[in-house]
Amino acid sequence: MGRTALLRRLLLVPPTLVGVAIVVFVLLRVVPGDPIAMMIPPGASTEDIDRLRAAYGLDQSIAVQMLAWFRDLATGHLGTSISLRQNVGSLILGRLPATLELVALATLIAIVLGTALALIGAFYRRRAGEWAVDGIIGIVVAIPDFLWGLIFILVFGVLYPVLPISGRLDPRLPVEFTTQFYLVEALVTGQLSVARVLLSHMLMPALALALPLSAIIARVLKASLAVAESADYAQMAKARGFSRRAVLLNEALPNAAIPTVTLTGVQFTFLVGGTVLIERIFSYEGIGNMAVDAVINRDLPLIQGIVLTFAVLFIAINLLIDILVTFLNPRLRRG
Amino acid sequence: MAEPATPAAPAPRRASHPIDARLVAGAVVIGALVLVALFAPLIAPHDPLEQDLLYSMLPPSWQAGGEPGYLFGTDSLGRDILSRLIYATRVALTVALIAALLAAAIGSLLGLLAGYFGGAVDQAVSRLIEVWMAFPPVLLAIVLAAVLGAGLSSVIVAIVVVDWTRFARVVRSETMVEREMEYVASARTLGLSGVFILWKEVLPNVAPLIITLVSVEMGIAIVVEAILSFVGLSISTDFPTWGGMIAEGRQVVYQTPWLLGLPIAAIVVAVLGFNLMGDGLRHALDPVHRR
Repeated sequence: MGRTALLRRLLLVPPTLVGVAIVVFVLLRVVPGDPIAMMIPPGASTEDIDRLRAAYGLDQSIAVQMLAWFRDLATGHLGTSISLRQNVGSLILGRLPATLELVALATLIAIVLGTALALIGAFYRRRAGEWAVDGIIGIVVAIPDFLWGLIFILVFGVLYPVLPISGRLDPRLPVEFTTQFYLVEALVTGQLSVARVLLSHMLMPALALALPLSAIIARVLKASLAVAESADYAQMAKARGFSRRAVLLNEALPNAAIPTVTLTGVQFTFLVGGTVLIERIFSYEGIGNMAVDAVINRDLPLIQGIVLTFAVLFIAINLLIDILVTFLNPRLRRG
Repeated sequence: MAEPATPAAPAPRRASHPIDARLVAGAVVIGALVLVALFAPLIAPHDPLEQDLLYSMLPPSWQAGGEPGYLFGTDSLGRDILSRLIYATRVALTVALIAALLAAAIGSLLGLLAGYFGGAVDQAVSRLIEVWMAFPPVLLAIVLAAVLGAGLSSVIVAIVVVDWTRFARVVRSETMVEREMEYVASARTLGLSGVFILWKEVLPNVAPLIITLVSVEMGIAIVVEAILSFVGLSISTDFPTWGGMIAEGRQVVYQTPWLLGLPIAAIVVAVLGFNLMGDGLRHALDPVHRR
């Protein structure tokens, strides 16, 4: 992707976001189930209910509500959560770091696992090793993160209880954090035992998120390695007496990385979207778990805010991947 | 459904490429599931809704405390898990078939139009896809299911609305390739209309791809139905669904781990079956692989 194409992508970001905002807003206005009815105490008078409805702007037409919401968005306000009665922006900012840490760990696992599988498969090409890797990839790619999460809970949480199955931190642990990035903070301040507890809670959800992506990375990278290994420069290196392993690692891998990043970009957004359910299953306190609660409570402002947050994340990820591909590929660097 | 699966039957003599093993394996699994769903009342040892509190939370019959009449044990209300698993295949396969076909129809149509006509049509479809891809799919499905209310048709609509882009994206790019082929150019010189060329010339050439995607999408639809049941947004919890059983099992996982494990196993088998079939179909239908 050259510089002009990148610029065009950037220009498309605002309309896409506006599209997402409109779709989610209109969708949510036809939700059956009155959010106000869920929060009033029994015996509230009709005037009270009307007053509450007016306070949240729910008594106006959809068009007026949408205009008001867009006006607030322009000034950086996401509204007030109906069920939690707090500012939606600060609610999301409070939970987002937990999700981002989980996503980061999952991504790391997916890349390491996927690369390792691809290299093993490429090294043992047309031998039992490659068939084994292909079989693993086939099974891992078919089973979605949701099922992996449940399988892990069953196996490593219940049948052979080695890891905790819910939450982000042991509630009995007497630790105070100044930021919401618990893991980063624990690592930076050198509280390694705290970091270990955090990681033990994150390992299963992160692995569940990582497995499908790792299989796709392995599949694409393995195919790209085969192409790269047959290229002139790799053949040349082989002819000059470099070992098979050296050629794979030093010649084929850097060149096979480009198509892999390009082709796995979409899958990476699936990993991020998967947090919604994985956080639910593991009772992990990120924005995904909060999103499901918001839907169940018909908390319209909170749902809108979270969906918009995910949309911003997704678009940012896709742009970053495009930039990364440009950066990795020397031929594209000059726009 | 693919060829009747008869792995033992001798392959035609000329075939140096025997029928793809994955296709056979996938078809056997899916065929078995279809039979189970069709003949559920004959196979199921109990009524899936029948409660018997005297026999609640029985472990599978091979474990200590199990009853021979309840092969996979019972849940907290004393309902037979095997019978519930069997009846749940009906919901799973119904959702899979209808949702995948509808998503394929809508997505492929938009993909064909965008890929063939380009210009403003392509712009419109591509922008729509872009907006859709900015939603986390699971969250969109959950919101939709909440909007539409509980019920089988809501689940199906939610899956279709979320997943049509899978078809539209692939079919669009494949149609753009086909459009440049010579057979399309010759059809155009013959003066055939765009819609006719799309329907009679291009569609048959992208059909194998669509069929493969449908098979994979059926597996995805089963998982999404399970997810919506798990979150409590699918059909009523009385009627057995794999996802509903998973949700119940997750809550009492320490007391009755089999209640969580068995429906997971059922979904894994179904999803692997559809994926194997999709993989096999891709190879069987792709002329490059078929040679």
